[in-house]
Order: sequence, then structure tokens, then C-alpha cells
Amino acid sequence: MTARAFLVRGLLVGLLAGFATFLVAHQVGEPHVETAIALEEAASADEPATEAGSAHEAGHVHEEDGTTVSRPNQRTWGLLTGSLAVGLAIGGIVALVAASVVGRIGTLTPGQSTALVSLVGFVSVALVPFLKYPATPPAVGSGDTIGDRTSWFFGFMLISVAFAALSSLLAVRIHEQSGTYVAVLSGVGLYVVAMVAAGQLMPTVNEVGTFPADVLWYFRRASLITLATLWGGIGIGLTGLVGRLYRRETVQVERRALAASL
Amino acid sequence: MSQSSAAPISGSTVEIPSIPFREIAPWALFFGLLGLIILFFISADQGAISIPSGNAIHEWVHDSRHLLGYPCH
Repeated sequence: MTARAFLVRGLLVGLLAGFATFLVAHQVGEPHVETAIALEEAASADEPATEAGSAHEAGHVHEEDGTTVSRPNQRTWGLLTGSLAVGLAIGGIVALVAASVVGRIGTLTPGQSTALVSLVGFVSVALVPFLKYPATPPAVGSGDTIGDRTSWFFGFMLISVAFAALSSLLAVRIHEQSGTYVAVLSGVGLYVVAMVAAGQLMPTVNEVGTFPADVLWYFRRASLITLATLWGGIGIGLTGLVGRLYRRETVQVERRALAASL
Repeated sequence: MSQSSAAPISGSTVEIPSIPFREIAPWALFFGLLGLIILFFISADQGAISIPSGNAIHEWVHDSRHLLGYPCH
């Protein structure tokens, strides 16, 4: 078991999970992105009907006249680029965290501790930030507040990851004296209390306006499925590969011990 | 009794191995940093902060930004 062995597996699994994420996002998410953009265009075509005219053939155009990527490119190659890159990055980071905790969480085997890292990662990096600052489709979310929304979102994610790490550390410490039940209860308890408090204290973003509730829900559900695919793919894949690596090393050690005893 | 807690692999029994932190540290530092930079470009660049200026990256990864739950507009 080396850092390299973990990282190589994490990058491989991350790439595959990134591709699966792209397929799911494209199939499940894109229809709702298209609906949202159609609604946005219909709204902007209604208001300045005098001047806008036919300027909207390119789709979801932002205010400045910068580079414009066509919708067919955004929903295929652009989405693929983002999915693969995020898959690689998160796969690598999860693998390195898994490498640092292996053999250090009670009596969990390498496969089990890797699965736990992935689960904690999904909850603290994706799920809990989503509950406070959920994904928004195009047309929801003003360009004027992007600065605030970005810093709150990443600030909340940072708090979440910090408390997830702290809670895990606490649970591992308590486990030595008081056993698994008390340890898990204290760790989860600290995290939940801290995140509920942080969620109450941090500002709320509500820019939905008159955007239809059903499209918003379909989009958010699709976004959550996309995130679950990414993290689930990485968690399941890496757990399998690390488990296999551990079994292989175990067999080698046993064989060597047998040879030495002869 | 000869088998103490978190020792790597010893004797004929296999204990759950752990990797020394000093061995992981350089990997974690470099690739952790690299991963965060990649995540920054995909998730937030040319929204609140722009390196480089313009909106080519924003436009290109626009849909992944929305669908992966990052703030966008």
C-alpha cells in the first residue's frame, strides 16, 4: 500500500466516473437546462421586444460580447470537459485522503475506510452544500450576485469539509475509549449540529422569482443525480480497487510467510 | 502480544497497513493543490474572479457548472 498505488487508482476511477457523470448529466440534466434556457429567452423576448429581435439564435447568451460557445457544444464537449476534469480532480483527492486514513480508523479494512472517505466526501462536499445553496438552472440566479453567491457557496462548503474532518478525528479518538456506538454518535452529532448552526447563520439566496417550480425541481433533482453519479462512481470504483489491492498484498505476505516457515 | 497496534506488516499475520504521513505528504500537497486548481477553473473561474479575463472558460464548461451545482448565471 503506497500513496502512488492509491493515486493511480483514484485517477483511473475518477476518469471513468467523470465519463459516467457526463452521460447521466447529458441524459437526465440537459433536457431541463434546455427548458430553462427556452423560458429565459421567452422572458427576454417579451420585454424588450422592440430592439432584441432575432439576436437570440445562439442560445444562452451572457451580457458581455465575449466568446460565445454554441448550445450544441456546451451540452456535449463542454459538459464532457467539465465532467472529466472534476472526476479526475475529485478522484485524485479522495484517493489521497483514503491513503492517509487507511489503517487509522479503528479496525476498518482498507476497502472499508475508503468507502467511508467517499461517503463522508459526498455528504460534506456535495450533499450538504446542495441543501443550503442548491443548484440553479440557467435563468435563475442573477449575474449581479454571482460574487456573493460564489463566496457563500464555497465558504459553506469549506465549513462543511472542516467540520467533517474534525468530526471524523473526534470519532476516531473517542473510539479508542468508548467504542464504535458512542464514537459514531459523537462524530455525526458534532457535524450535524455545526452544519445546522452554520446554515442558520449564513445568508439565504432566493432568486427564483416566477421561474416555474416544476422545472426548478426537475433540474435540481437531475443535478443531485449527477453529483451522486460522480461520487458514487468514485466511491464504488475506488473501494473495489483498494479492496483488491489489499487482498493481493495479503496473499503475497502469507505466501512469503509460508515460504519462510518451510 | 508481539503484534502491536498499527504496525505495518509483521510476521505471519497481516494487520491493516497504514502509510506513513511523511510518505503521503508530498503527494497530497502537490496533487491536492493541482486538484483544487482544476476544480477552480471548472467551477468558479470567470464568474466572480476571472483568470484570464473574458468568458471562454465560463462558456465552455457552462453546463457542467450548472449541473454540478456550482453557482452560475
